[in-house]
This record gives sequence, C-alpha cells and structure tokens, in this order.
Amino acid sequence: MNDKEKLLEEVKTMKKVASRPKCLTDRVFHYCPGCTHGVVHRLVAETIDELGIQEKTIGVAPVGCSVFAYWYFDTDFSQAAHGRAPAVATGIKRSVPGSVVFTYQGDGDLAAIGTAEIIHAANRGEKITVIFINNAIYGMTGGQMAPTSLINQKTQTSPYGRDSETMGYPIRVSEMLSGLEGVKYLSRVAVDTPANIIKAKAAIKKAFETQLTGTGFSMVEVLSICPTDWGLNVADSKKWLKENMIPYYPLQEFKAPKAEEAKGGE
Amino acid sequence: MANKVLMKGNEAIAEAAMIAGCRHYFGYPITPQSELPAYLAKHMPKRNGVFLQAESEVAAINMVYGSGGTGVRVMTSSSSPGISLKQEGISYIACAEVPCLIVNVVRGGPGLGNIAPAQCDYFQAVKGGGHGDYKLVVLSPSSVQEMADFTVLAFDLADKYRTPVMLLSDGYLGQMMEPVEMPDASNIKKYDKPWATTGAVGRHQNLISSIHLVPEDMEKHIHHLYEKYAEIEKNELIYEEYQCADAEYVMVAYGITARICKTACVMAREQGIKLGLLRPKTLWPFPKQPLAKLAGSKNVKGFIAVELSTGQMIEDVKLSVNGVKPVEFFGRTGGVVPSPNEVLLNVKKLFSLK
Amino acid sequence: MNKNECKFPLNLVIAGFGGQGVLLAGKLIAEAGLHEGREVSWIPSYGPEMRGGTANCTVIISDSEIGSPVVENPDVLVIMNRPSMDKFLPSLKKDGVCIYNKSLIEGFKPRSDVKMVAVPASDLAVQMGSTKLLNMVLVGSFMANSKAFSEASLAYALKKSISAKHQDLIPLNEKAIDEGAKFIA
Ligand SMILES: Cc1ncc(C[n+]2csc(CCOP(=O)(O)OP(=O)(O)O)c2C)c(N)n1
Repeated sequence: MNDKEKLLEEVKTMKKVASRPKCLTDRVFHYCPGCTHGVVHRLVAETIDELGIQEKTIGVAPVGCSVFAYWYFDTDFSQAAHGRAPAVATGIKRSVPGSVVFTYQGDGDLAAIGTAEIIHAANRGEKITVIFINNAIYGMTGGQMAPTSLINQKTQTSPYGRDSETMGYPIRVSEMLSGLEGVKYLSRVAVDTPANIIKAKAAIKKAFETQLTGTGFSMVEVLSICPTDWGLNVADSKKWLKENMIPYYPLQEFKAPKAEEAKGGE
Repeated sequence: MANKVLMKGNEAIAEAAMIAGCRHYFGYPITPQSELPAYLAKHMPKRNGVFLQAESEVAAINMVYGSGGTGVRVMTSSSSPGISLKQEGISYIACAEVPCLIVNVVRGGPGLGNIAPAQCDYFQAVKGGGHGDYKLVVLSPSSVQEMADFTVLAFDLADKYRTPVMLLSDGYLGQMMEPVEMPDASNIKKYDKPWATTGAVGRHQNLISSIHLVPEDMEKHIHHLYEKYAEIEKNELIYEEYQCADAEYVMVAYGITARICKTACVMAREQGIKLGLLRPKTLWPFPKQPLAKLAGSKNVKGFIAVELSTGQMIEDVKLSVNGVKPVEFFGRTGGVVPSPNEVLLNVKKLFSLK
Repeated sequence: MNKNECKFPLNLVIAGFGGQGVLLAGKLIAEAGLHEGREVSWIPSYGPEMRGGTANCTVIISDSEIGSPVVENPDVLVIMNRPSMDKFLPSLKKDGVCIYNKSLIEGFKPRSDVKMVAVPASDLAVQMGSTKLLNMVLVGSFMANSKAFSEASLAYALKKSISAKHQDLIPLNEKAIDEGAKFIA
C-alpha cells in the first residue's frame, strides 16, 4: 500500500464529526483563495439546518462578490439590485409572512448605495435577518474604497490612502443602527480565527432565532478579509483584520432580545 | 509616433477630460469603466482637482448638477445599471440647462446583466431615458483616439449650448488599448457663464432650477430647449461614410460595431459585393439627411442596421430612409459581439447575395 | 514572399491562466509594434473569469487602420496552459503558427495544418530563477518567429511597460526574452 491508499483506509475507520450542511449545495465556491465569504456561507447554512427552516427560508442576494450566493444555498432566492436587498426582503416577508427571509450584503452594497434601504428596513423593525459582510473594500469591482475602508487605507479610488478630509470617516453601521427601536438583535463578529468563527456562528443563530420570534429586525456584521483586493496573503490579511479593523470596529453584541421575548413563538 | 501613447479607452477619456479643463469628477464604481475613476483618483489631486467617490450613482449625478451649476467643467461616468439610476438627475440637469459630461460604458442588460460590451442603451441615451421633453447630445466614439477627441468635443458642446452631453461607449472601447494622441490643451475654448451660481456679488440672484409650475411657463421653457436642440441639429451633426460612393448595400453602425462592419466591408469588396458603411458619430443629432440622400441614390438597393442589441437605432434609420429603400437588421445582444465574417454572412443572407 | 518578413496585419491571441502575465505580454507586443510606427490594438478578456481562471488578449499589428479589434481566426497563437490550448487551437488560421509552453501542455491533439512551435517556457523561466519570466520567454519566441518588430523595439517596450519601481528587473526580463528567441531555429 502506498501512503495515499493507507490514508484512504484510515479514513474509512474514522468517525464522522462534521459534514457539509444539508442546505449547502455541492457547488465549488467561486470565491478567491482565502476569501471568507465561504466561511460565512457555511455558518448561515448550518444555522438554517439546525433551526430546520430550509423549506421556508428565502434568501436575497446582493450585488457584490456574493451575487451568486444562490448557487450555494439550497433555498429559494431572489437577486436584488445593488443596495436594494432590504427592500426586496421587505417585499418578500410582507407577502409571505411565515417565511424566514435573510439578505446577505457587502459593505458597498449595504453601507453606500443601500444606506437608505438598510436604515428604513431596520427602523420599520422589518422581520428579516441581515448578514452584513464588512471587508473594508469593494471586492467584486476590483478594490475601490468602501464606506468602511479605514483611514489611510490604499484602494483603487484612494490611491494615496483614505483621507478623512475629503473622503470622510469609516462608517460604523452597527453603532448607527443600534439606536433604532425596530432593531432587536444586532452584533458584530469576525471570522479571522476559529474562536471568532464559533462566536460568529452563535450570533448568526441568534439573529435567525430573533426573526423566528417575530419581534423585529436582526443583523450580524461580520468583519471579513479580502486578500485579493487588500493585496495581502491570507495570514497577513487575518493579521490586518485583527490589528486594524477590530480596534476600529469592536466586536460586541449591541442588542439582543430579553430572555422572555426570545422564548415567544412565531 | 512620438506623441502617441498606448492607452485604454477608459483612461483616454480621463486624461482628455483633464486636458479639457475638467477638474471635478463625481462617480460610483462599476465595471467595465473602473479604469476611468481609478485614473482620475490618481491624477486629479496632482492637478488640484476634485475626485469624489459618491455613495451611489443617484448622489453622484446630483453632485454633478450642483457642481455644473456653478459653471465648472464637471463629469461623471458609469455603466448601464448606474446610468439608469442617474436618469432622474439627468432629466433635472437637462431642464435646468447644466452643462456636463456623462459617460456610459455600456454593458449587457437589462437588469444586472453582465459586463460584456453592448449597445442596448441606445433608446435610453437618444430618446430621453429620464422623464420629460428633453434631448441629450450623444456622441459615439469608435476608437480610443475618439474616446479622447469626443471627450474634448463633449465639454465644448456642453458649454456652448448649456446642455448635458453623453458619451455612449461600450465595454470593448473602454477596455481596449490603442495608440492615442492627446488633444492639444491650447485649443480648448473657454465660455462665459453669467448664469452660474457662484454667489450673487454685485448682481441679481442666479437660479439653477427645473420647476415651472404654470403649464404655459413650462411649455415656453421646453420650446426654448427645443430651439436650442434645433440649432444643435443644424450645426453639430458628424458622421463618416465608408465606401458609400458606389455602394449597393449600406450598413449603418456606430461605435465598436462600426469597426467590425468596416472589416466586413473590406471582405465584401474582395468578394465583389459593393458594401458601404455609414457611421454616425453623433447619435443625437442623427444623420437623417445623409441617410435620406443615400436612400435616394440609384446605386443603393438597401440598408442594414448592425447593432449590439435587438434593434434600437434601426428605428432612426427607418425614419430617415422613410420607406424609400428596404431597411434590414442584424444584431447580437446580451454582450455577444459578432465577427466581421458573421456580419457579412448575414448581410448576404438578408439580401440574398451570393 | 520573403521568409524573413512579417506579413501585416498580424492577428495574435495570447492565452493562459490569470497570473501568467498574459496581458502584459500582449501589451509589450503592442508597444513594440507601435514603436515601429504601426497601427496596433490590444483587447483583453475581462470579467469574472479574471480571478484565477483563464485570461486572454488579442493583439493586432497592422500597416493600415485596424477595423475589427476582435479576431475570429488569428494568425498566431501564444498559449501558456492546457485549457487555453483546447480553447484556441481550433480557431487558428490554416498555416498559422501556434507557439506554446511545452512545460505545461501535454497530451493534446496537435493540428497538422498549422505550425506547432513547442517552447519549454516554464522550465526555462525556472532555470532563470522565476516562473514569472515565462511570459517573457514566449514573447521572445514570438518575436523571433514572427519578426513583427526588432529586438530594440521590444527592449524599448519593456522599459516603458515596467513601472519605475521595478526597472532593476529589466536585465532579467531581457535575458528571458533572449532565451525564448534562441529557441526559434
Ligand atoms: C447600480 C450599480 N452600481 C454599481 C454597480 C457595480 N458594483 C458591483 S458590486 C459593487 C460593490 C461590491 O462591493 P461590496 O458590496 O463591498 O461587496 P464585496 O464584493 O466586497 O463582497 C459595485 C459597486 C452595480 N452593479 N450596480
């Protein structure tokens, strides 16, 4: 037996402790090497499996690298115009009230062109869940400045670094939304380390659970990496996230339903 | 050759705009025009210009409205979905007579579509796009050189007539590199703008506005706009005729498609087919008279509009030819670009030529 | 026709993986053609396929105005990887030339009605210290095979296309071009 065959034999005797979530399709992710969109997709898919809501979940894909999210989630999906996912989600949820509706949006989509839609969906307490990927850059279009890009961050449209004088300051979306009454669950997490990924999973699950209680709007902001457009390798990207993003965008749970609220059924 | 540089079409527009004196750019990222804002982000600061990435196309076009109203040379650029968002602002800009340049590097649509070259925004550009009775001057470059030249022309026409001008390009022209000789800055004409909102120092209030509540006032203003448009039609039409003198069949095509058709013309002549091409360089104003004249010529047996769409410009070709000769259509759409051979085969098929 | 002269217009497609330097190779060739006073055009494949997938560009060098910048049947192919060989070889004009990276391309069905020119480009590049030189090796082979421009013009193009920061890399790139050219009998 050669090494490969030996390994295959060994695998047969192993106990299966993890497998691909049921509601994730077999399709290979189109994302760049090291991109964390895939990690977050998995966390959302696990949550949908665990809550047993695959058949009533309807996703809304944004315009951004995750525009093809519907390739990977085996649930119904609608693809929205750039920034409009919360409005599309509102339309869906109001038409099929028993459904579980989530949007999956980047920081250009949600925090630039879609600012009005996210604020008003949140303010209406729209019973949807928003997964907000903050990677401090426009990925799909090749690395332009995002509203969340950090001061001095060099991008295609801030070639000399982001200057607050002419380009303003990085937007803290979660802090901004946390003051709105309609928001019932709100948390900022990161996916740079295994420990943080576990926390991110817990937050995403709470967000979906909040939607199931029917109390209001829920969102998880996920600090993510974009090695391709940051021009860093994966290890350095994770380091950059930890050293630069987390200090400016502190990880925290801004809002969570009180215990008795969380228990209430749909 | 010394002063010819190899450049992408998107970059050529950006450089030419600065040569034309544009120091204000407002936009929002979108493919396939990203090289244009990237170039300006790099070079505007060096020339004391303003490059601002807005939060959306809606914001960007309204920044253009404000900026152009102060009399400075200002531009924005986008691609199809972004241009759709700009339509409200363009309507206001046309009504308020704010000179500016709007660049559309067209991609496949409708909807999110794709990022491949297309000409499916012809109606939107030429027939209005936004609401109300107005026109845009629409320029159609077909080489990287013309991307630069028409940018300079666009700023001139915008100021000369106090009107928005659109450069209607496509993904290929934006992305391709060709040698280009930059226009001479010393030929740039400056215009007085006594109407601009620069602060009412020693004069009455200036107002940039598009509201005319009394219908008669609105009608009067629209007539004023249309008198201006009539002047533009009279003075500013540009087009190219290629192998039309003895042509029996005339293709009508603009932009990148015109180049494909030119090659098809050459191939046709090698096969003994007298094929010509009329290429509008201004899509509005449209070369109505030149087409009518060709239609009346004894040689010409028919026309064929060739477009990267399901047929939009063909309506203007038909209006110009006015039933005198048959007008056929060949097009590919959705971002598909035909080869010269494919064009020629279809010309032959449509007119049953051997 | 004199065998030592290039026939214009010359339509060329260069293809390979994104990251193999396909677009830069095309730009160098276009710059070199421009330097000799010719009309040139360069058009890339662009879009989602850029990331990690295949990339290609079309370059035309001509004595007269260039019509269509898109070419159905190129005169010359420069192919850096196997998927691109499968995709583009069928489109090559009869009697055309296919210059390819032998190091990475094996087991395909060559055409007998075209000239196949195998260059161990990746191997040569590695010998010179970096796989990244592979595009330069092939540009050298293209130059020697097509005679579309002189070595001096290519040297000029190289200087112009490499950013100020990386000018120190020029001698190594020139060497790679030389190696590629030497491979052409
Ligand atoms: C109206 C409109 N404007 C612009 C675009 C171009 N566009 C596509 S994706 C995108 C932003 C992507 O960045 P982000 O939302 O941060 O997501 P990421 O790709 O980083 O995941 C933009 C501006 C578009 N498709 N539609």
